[in-house]
Amino acid sequence: MVSAAAVVVSGLVYRYGQRLALDDVSLSIDQGEVFAFLGPNGGGKTTLFRLLSTLIPVQSGEIEILSLDAARQAHQVRRRIGVVFQAPSLDRKLTVAENLWQHARLYGLSGKVFQERRREMLLRFGLADRAGDLVETLSGGLRRRVELAKGLLHRPQLLLLDEPSTGLDPGARADLWEYLHRVRAEDGVTVVLTTHLLEEADKADRLAIMNAGRVVALDTPERLRSMVGGDTISIETPEPAALAASIRERFGREVTVVDGRVRFEQPDGPQWVARLATEFAGRIQSITVGKPTLEDVFIAKTGHRFREAEEVGVGE
Amino acid sequence: MASDGVVLREGVALRPQPGGGSSDRDAHNSGSTIHSGSAVWSLCWREMLRFVRQRNRIVGAIGQPVLFWALFGAGLGPTFQLAGAGTDVSYREYFFPGTLALILLFTAIFSTISIIEDRREGFLQSVLVAPIPRWSMVLGKVLGGTVLAVAQGWLFLALGLTVGMKFSLPGVAAAGLFSFVVAFALTALGFVIAWRMDSTQGFHAIMSVFLLPMWLLSGAFFPAESGWLSWVMWANPLTYGVAGLRRLLYLGENAVAGSGWMAALPALAVCLTVTFAFAVATFAMSCWIANKRTTGDLL
Repeated sequence: MVSAAAVVVSGLVYRYGQRLALDDVSLSIDQGEVFAFLGPNGGGKTTLFRLLSTLIPVQSGEIEILSLDAARQAHQVRRRIGVVFQAPSLDRKLTVAENLWQHARLYGLSGKVFQERRREMLLRFGLADRAGDLVETLSGGLRRRVELAKGLLHRPQLLLLDEPSTGLDPGARADLWEYLHRVRAEDGVTVVLTTHLLEEADKADRLAIMNAGRVVALDTPERLRSMVGGDTISIETPEPAALAASIRERFGREVTVVDGRVRFEQPDGPQWVARLATEFAGRIQSITVGKPTLEDVFIAKTGHRFREAEEVGVGE
Repeated sequence: MASDGVVLREGVALRPQPGGGSSDRDAHNSGSTIHSGSAVWSLCWREMLRFVRQRNRIVGAIGQPVLFWALFGAGLGPTFQLAGAGTDVSYREYFFPGTLALILLFTAIFSTISIIEDRREGFLQSVLVAPIPRWSMVLGKVLGGTVLAVAQGWLFLALGLTVGMKFSLPGVAAAGLFSFVVAFALTALGFVIAWRMDSTQGFHAIMSVFLLPMWLLSGAFFPAESGWLSWVMWANPLTYGVAGLRRLLYLGENAVAGSGWMAALPALAVCLTVTFAFAVATFAMSCWIANKRTTGDLL
């Protein structure tokens, strides 16, 4: 029986000393999915990544990866996953080919099979003419491609990436996503990544929004946005608290003040613009109407802005 | 269990196995020893590649001890007199095995300091999540450092043959082999110290207050005479490494080997036994300390 889930996490709790980094996290990731953990720094996603990659031991709760227990069968799990860390894990004093060779040896690949895989990876990631170059001479985008080639060399069924687009320019970022989607399409690899970039999480099949060590929402980006409902109306005003109170009183709507702006969600946004402008003429500086973004989802779920959370979040 | 029966080892491609569950475990067991050995070898080879690409390390590891040897030999030579002499061993000659030990120590230190760099640069993380036992990672690192140390030690031994020491040729060969054990013990000791360090500065501090004194009090620089200092020297495991090198260098040279000051050194069998035990103990400690997965492994 082939289990459909690539990753099953249940009741996961993790502490660094006194600080609670993960607070009862449970979720399931399907095979062949591109899954993102989105959250501000300090939200717990890096801790979760470390646990999934078996870098740190499970303290409490359970992790099942490809039907194996990550705590008791770490060795078998390691053979089946590819890990791309946020900090580059390449040896800069070695060439691209030497780095791949070193990786192959750690994963028990050698001889013809290794040479074939190396050729395949170098071609797939456009590195064939750079194989003999020292890694320290490569650009950030190229290094990330070598990391990917390395992470996929042993044909993992699950690829884990921690903040993969950190330090990449927009072009290299787009390439990265193209590669990830291709890996999933061609090899059926499940891709799990963490990110603190909202626009990046949008490219995943499903995403889990993490805040303060908990999963606050989990679904496809579209469904998460529709959960917020209709349009997002955001009003700029010198007196946000008073205006919010007036809107609540006059229309009986749930209104919040975030970052000095009054905001609420309505299905028929444009009509509300006219209604608000006439009703509260003189108290409003500007009104914006937009389709909800993942940021709106985050606000709806946590009551504060994404960037704010990042600033108050304790560093991991 | 992996009921999907997917096997990945030793170049076997991912392929569903009709046998199901048990094949996974079998495949893993049969391939693991070769796999670990190959991982050890690759990590060891990596140390060598890195070494030759950082040439300044060679200068530091062999240049300084040779300079010490030449300068101390010239400066202390005229006043140096071994107790119960009767042999005309110069200070330069007395100091030779000690300098050899210093070369081994320096190279051991330089190569284990690289663990701190590996950790900081991120390379170590990928090794920590690789499907290899931790001891093979430790062995790869320690063997790499050992081979580099021994290679430089041999260069120095070759130098000793050309400048008129009374060492025998078989003696130099035997000392060359024994330096492997000494270097292994020192590299493993360096590993234990470096594993939990987060800065190379910290390692330098340990080097000044622990490793260099350990070398100074090993009979490398001056012989153990009497008093508390001699007790410290007898308790120092490196003393047996240096004495072993010294005894082996004079293998077959009975005029020197039979003299009074040599007789005061620990017997060869004791030197070999203690040094082997030292190597085993430091390696065991390295494996033990590296086996603990803690948040210290994180960047």
